Amino acid sequence: MQDEDFVTIRLLVNGETHRLVVESRRLLADVLREDLGLTGTNLGCEHGVCGSCTVLLDGQSVRSCLMFAVQANGHEVMTVEGLARGGELHPLQQAFWEKQGLQCGFCTPGFLMTAYELLQHNPAPSKEEIRHALSGNICRCTGYQHIIEAVQSACQAIAEARGTVPSGTGA
Amino acid sequence: MKPPRFRYFAPQSVEEALILLAEHTEEARVLAGGQSLVPLMNMRLAHPGVLIDINNISELAYVHSWNGGLALGAMTRDAALERDTTVAARLPLLVEAARCVGHPAIRNRSTVGGSIAHADPAAELPAVMLTLNAEFEVRSRSGSRTISARDFFKGYLATDLKADELLTELRVPGLPVSAGSAFVEFSRREGDYALAGVASVIVLDEDGTIADARLGLCSAGPAPVRPQSAEALLRGQRPGDETWAAAATAVITELNNPPSDIHGSADYRRHLAGILTRRALAIATERAGRKR
Repeated sequence: MQDEDFVTIRLLVNGETHRLVVESRRLLADVLREDLGLTGTNLGCEHGVCGSCTVLLDGQSVRSCLMFAVQANGHEVMTVEGLARGGELHPLQQAFWEKQGLQCGFCTPGFLMTAYELLQHNPAPSKEEIRHALSGNICRCTGYQHIIEAVQSACQAIAEARGTVPSGTGA
Repeated sequence: MKPPRFRYFAPQSVEEALILLAEHTEEARVLAGGQSLVPLMNMRLAHPGVLIDINNISELAYVHSWNGGLALGAMTRDAALERDTTVAARLPLLVEAARCVGHPAIRNRSTVGGSIAHADPAAELPAVMLTLNAEFEVRSRSGSRTISARDFFKGYLATDLKADELLTELRVPGLPVSAGSAFVEFSRREGDYALAGVASVIVLDEDGTIADARLGLCSAGPAPVRPQSAEALLRGQRPGDETWAAAATAVITELNNPPSDIHGSADYRRHLAGILTRRALAIATERAGRKR
């Protein structure tokens, strides 16, 4: 058995800097949940299949169960807690609420973060593009239709708020 | 499901990584994108005493022109490969295959070198590298050597890479400008491991006959497969359904040892390999035809 191996790291999570001492084997998901109390990130399968634990690392979606927290040292992490601003839901969250894009809600943080990344690159994705982008996230309740509608609806809402009308997002 | 303890090192340069590998040869594993190794550690199927994380070695992430083709740094992420315009222009087969690797969140982390060094027979890139006659640069403290893809893959998760060696570069020769290529695979769910996958490269002669044909298969045996009898049979033939059917039969005959598991029996995978061979050949030929 190895001795415990501790490392001091600095994480920028949802705009806040944290200094932490973590054992090198601790998964980013566990450090977010247990050390920082950010329990929005859910752990489903713990081997990269279900997508529940998806967070953004420097703006890119990653499985936080397939990264050690020490690997995020000096990097920027965004979790589902970083979506709402000033008590107001992000348009994606609002749309998931309105379109019933969730039932039990366990997978929702992963879907939201994955959809958030998609909209950063592609503000007006087609239904096919949404399906492709979300293909790595598993939901056992909704049957996905409402999730896809929610993402389309969010695109619409964001575009309207910006005064731009997207093409190819008819719900 | 939590990984067992290990000692963690994050070298900043290849030199530093090689020193660490030499020092901890027996108990060390190299951590690239971690999309295969970390699940194995979470499930405690792998328990390296030392982890050498090469994610901070920025000198290993690049796409360069080489020999009409490309030289890829081992830490080039699949997401970068997928979006690289030089790769798309020179070797679109790589882009097509990279898009089939897992899901977007996996490809943001997974690396080309990691896929090759891990040598999962179900993975797309090993089969495609074999098809493209790629070669791999590996380095250790005592020097470097170049291994052809043909000699590199030894069997299930087994390669010619020695315990103190680090895969640093993948070099992929260019194809004739008139070549067409295609990668097709079948999986039960988008992004899952393919039950079978086929890469194909076709070069047509002036008169429309097949001047050169290459095939490479994943999920078809303990290592990626280049079905050479099928390739030989295709040369000099006229493209068409009959030719594709003959090639598919040759491929099926050549597959001695496809995996057999809950996802598909060996016979089913052979059948799939035949169907996908026909499709890959037809698409590659159509693409080659468009360039004439």
